[in-house]
Amino acid sequence: MSSLQTPSTFVEGATRLGKDELAALVAADIPQGAFVNLGIGQPTLVSNYLAPDSGVTLHTENGMLGMGPEAHGDEVDLDLINAGKIPVTELPGASYFHHADSFAMMRGGHLDICVLGAYQVSARGDLANWHTGEPGAIPAVGGAMDLAIGAKDTFVMMTLLTRDGQSKLVDACTYPLTGVACVSRIYTDVAVFLIDREAAGEDAAPTVLVRETHGMTFDELQALVPVPLRRA
Amino acid sequence: MVMITQSAIDAVADIPDGATVLIGGFGPAGQPVELIEALVESGTRDLTVVNNNAGNGDVGLAALIGAGRVRRVICSFPRQHDSHQFDAKYRAGEIELELVPQGNLAERIRAAGAGIGAFFTPTGYGTPLAEGKEVREIDGRHYVLELPIRADYALVKAHRADGVGNLTYRKTARNFGPIMAAAATTTIVQVHEVVPVGDIDPEVVVTPGIYVDRVVVVPTASTPEPEEGQ
Repeated sequence: MSSLQTPSTFVEGATRLGKDELAALVAADIPQGAFVNLGIGQPTLVSNYLAPDSGVTLHTENGMLGMGPEAHGDEVDLDLINAGKIPVTELPGASYFHHADSFAMMRGGHLDICVLGAYQVSARGDLANWHTGEPGAIPAVGGAMDLAIGAKDTFVMMTLLTRDGQSKLVDACTYPLTGVACVSRIYTDVAVFLIDREAAGEDAAPTVLVRETHGMTFDELQALVPVPLRRA
Repeated sequence: MVMITQSAIDAVADIPDGATVLIGGFGPAGQPVELIEALVESGTRDLTVVNNNAGNGDVGLAALIGAGRVRRVICSFPRQHDSHQFDAKYRAGEIELELVPQGNLAERIRAAGAGIGAFFTPTGYGTPLAEGKEVREIDGRHYVLELPIRADYALVKAHRADGVGNLTYRKTARNFGPIMAAAATTTIVQVHEVVPVGDIDPEVVVTPGIYVDRVVVVPTASTPEPEEGQ
């Protein structure tokens, strides 16, 4: 099912990762020739670090494969936008299709990797990223639920801690779910976590593997995260 | 037989109060602004509108909502930086919202046009948007039953039509156009130009004319400036 290589063994990095360093780390883990959807916000940064010879094809769920960089100046065409409604460009080999085809492509498991932001991820890979459940907030889901469960692998990019210091990697999500047991990796400023979705099952509270830490030791990380961790 | 007209007002004149109307577009791209504005002028009320969003700025769908003509919106992403018209009606309790994951929205529209009675989708399983819906486990995976979204009318923006209603689109402005054109009893399309029958290569037709009832030529169709947000 997974298009990814076996994870490497555990390493401790000296410093915490900035947003761009994190994007570069995700980009380096995307296999040659993969079909990838990058979510709105931080995940979009990953495209800046994909090597020109990577052969990676970007999908945008509003109906395009072969999306190029953001458009500027004369390149701007208001009929050519990405899922964030930002004008973009097309690369040679691009194709357009309607919305039902675009989501069939995603739901049908044809995309290798989707990279999303998150409010919370649980130890078994449940994702919460569309709604904080705040009273009075107008809910909006867009393609989040389709993206979460559609790709062969779903990566999350987020800071490990909320502003008030709570771990976003949790035993069970308290925010409304986007998808069940769908996340396979979590890239954060201080660690990369690997989730074995098949081993996790529906009811288990599994151990989460840590591939690497940045700016803290494994033990310091475990002290912050309320789920059992293990070095990869 | 396709009706071809220069008048958006004539094309939407028979849409009655209480109609369900599919409106194409993903944000501003592919939004049939001139057809929607004709609908604003016609005074039709109590509409159920199906769109990915719930209006941007103050034009097109946002103007229709702002004028109080929409009773119910079925969409995936209402809240945006520039959705103030919808936000105000929603907070005042003057508009109903049915929130649908984007791929389910597209597939429900596609199903209506394809004569499918319902379908099981993995999207939304285990989330609040599947509450109260039938769930089935098939080959070890969980699916949610979703029903088609049929409509009385579809308002679609395409790029080019020929005299029998065959359509081509431009880039990502295609989005919901082809599936909405198939899902409505009456499909009204605005295009940049109409060309003679035979001038669109049959190999590149995206929406065959069988789905199209009325074509309105709007050579200077505007695409509103986009704002960031899904």
